[in-house]
Amino acid sequence: MAVREAEPVSSLQEVHDAGLDREDLLGIYRNLLTTRGIEERGHILYKQGKIPGSFYTGRGNEASAVGVATAMGPHDVGTPLQRAMGVHVTRGLEPWRIFAQYMGRADGPTRGRDGNVHIGDANLGLYAMVSHLPAMLPVAVGMALAFRIREEKRVAIAWCGEGASARGDAHEGMNLAGVRKLPVIFWIDNNQWAYSTPSHLEYAVEHLADRAAAYGFEGVVVDGTDVLAVYREAKRAIEKAREGGGPTLIESVTLRMEGHAVHDDAFYVPRELFEEWARRDPIERFRAWLRDHAEMTDAEEDEITSGVKRLLNESLQRAEESPLPDPGTLVAAVYAQPEELDTPHHK
Amino acid sequence: MPEKTYLQAISDGLREEMRRDQRVFVLGEDVGVYGGAFKVTLGFQEEFGPWRVIDMPLAETAILAGATGAALMGMRPVAEMQFADFVSCGWDHLVTVAAKQHFRAGTPIPIVVRLPSGGGFSGGPFHSQNPESSFAHIPGLKVVCPSTPADAKGLLLSAIEDPNPVLFCEHKHLYRRIKGDVPEERYTVPFGEARMHRHGEDVTVITWGAMVYTADEAAQRLAQEDDLSVEILDLRTIIPWDREAVLDSVRRCSKVLVLHEDTRTGGFGGEIAATIAEEAFEHLDGPVRRMAAPDSPVPFAPNLEKAFIPQVDDVVRALRELAAY
Repeated sequence: MAVREAEPVSSLQEVHDAGLDREDLLGIYRNLLTTRGIEERGHILYKQGKIPGSFYTGRGNEASAVGVATAMGPHDVGTPLQRAMGVHVTRGLEPWRIFAQYMGRADGPTRGRDGNVHIGDANLGLYAMVSHLPAMLPVAVGMALAFRIREEKRVAIAWCGEGASARGDAHEGMNLAGVRKLPVIFWIDNNQWAYSTPSHLEYAVEHLADRAAAYGFEGVVVDGTDVLAVYREAKRAIEKAREGGGPTLIESVTLRMEGHAVHDDAFYVPRELFEEWARRDPIERFRAWLRDHAEMTDAEEDEITSGVKRLLNESLQRAEESPLPDPGTLVAAVYAQPEELDTPHHK
Repeated sequence: MPEKTYLQAISDGLREEMRRDQRVFVLGEDVGVYGGAFKVTLGFQEEFGPWRVIDMPLAETAILAGATGAALMGMRPVAEMQFADFVSCGWDHLVTVAAKQHFRAGTPIPIVVRLPSGGGFSGGPFHSQNPESSFAHIPGLKVVCPSTPADAKGLLLSAIEDPNPVLFCEHKHLYRRIKGDVPEERYTVPFGEARMHRHGEDVTVITWGAMVYTADEAAQRLAQEDDLSVEILDLRTIIPWDREAVLDSVRRCSKVLVLHEDTRTGGFGGEIAATIAEEAFEHLDGPVRRMAAPDSPVPFAPNLEKAFIPQVDDVVRALRELAAY
């Protein structure tokens, strides 16, 4: 089973065939801009001293995140990581709650108990990451196991970076998924750098997707700056899993366009590499595609751009009005109470 | 009321709960066709099928994280570690993900991890450990250590009902050795309530798991030989633990031995001793004594293991010293 390198998406017809109409395409553009906008504003907030701790972005990875989330069904679930803000945006996590999370406020999804991109919302089918990557990958496999036991046509998406793919959790999760043919997609965002460590010091295969063969399922490499190719490959894999075809490993290749976190200037990444990948900026690339293939007008573009700007301004203000979390709730929050099991997922 | 072994009580409790609640399922190594290394799930796969009694690859993180993922989707997984010792391979998942999930994300993780624990039969360093103290230090986990067949069943059902990750330490040395009356009907034993194993007046032993029986033999001997009245309080659950019952017993008896099979330094006995010192200092007529395994790995050779695990003679000696203080 050789790895398949996905072709780029070209015509509008091909996109329609993959299930997207023109409104969907403009929606994707809006989600891409919102994702980048949130992280750019976060950067400013950090420099203003309003964000405690550190700050991480997924600049360069927006298409990879938005593309997968667009392909997910309403009852599908996932465990996105720190470069995948676009997943939260696309599935409807409101930006003001993301800003509140950044600032450690009571209205952030973790109510100030966890920071930065460690967000999720069970109502959106998204479960918050932990720092020990990819510890949530085998958890997503467990979600798929539940779907298999109950014979539900739902799919779980397990995110992983190329760095964390070295850890045993990735192996254990993928092996189990392969053995049991579980409805799970392994989405590896390969941004070429694990903090300061380049790919050739992280793994010895040509493509990380090559590993899929060892687990008995299909591996695909996709250009993570091409949101439509990402969408098409994710959709294909998700629907295959939904129909009982088992897992797929998709390696989405991008470049991390900033340091590991805000404190890191990424001096170790060759400038030419940044320049090369800046020319492939996923948002600029999709904007050009929309103009060339979907006849996005100036008026439409202006409306989307100004709408995102307005949304983010309002969101920021609302987040800043969010109260600080109450230290008195600290210990009481550690253990769940029986009535908390009375939720849609747990019934 | 039928008499059952400790193992049979666990097995029957689990089977009845699986019949009652479709969400409950078992996953672990060799739990299906083979019925588990200790045969707790013998015959389960025939009754419930291969998707509710799941033979897993030899991968503890996949088992435990798999349980968590399924729990997040509304299932009630009961994961078996073949031996409690192997939970170290899945430590990261339990401590990093399962224990902290509710605190940070607000999503309950109702999983049970069954841990065949303890020594006494030359299992050596990797098949004999008692992991309760290590996990007691991790906020977000609950830790249960039943000593009787009736408690084993009732606490297991409480563990399955509980919305949090529960580590269920079942002592291997009790599996087939200990028998007791077990009600046929469904019942639960609440967490955080100690069981008065034996009433006494002169000195109290705070303990749990297999050490309840070691303390019991010592108490019987001291009653006959020394006319000493020894109380034994079986904690039953370590997290949460019944502080009030411990303090009440200490206030009445005024002398206390904290006894456990796990090693001494950092063992949960230290927490109990410190609490007694803080809360019941003025009621004590002697220093709080601790007895535990020495700070070494569990040894293999029978004579070494006997030297390692607290024996009846050791407990008798310690209680005599306390009584004479």
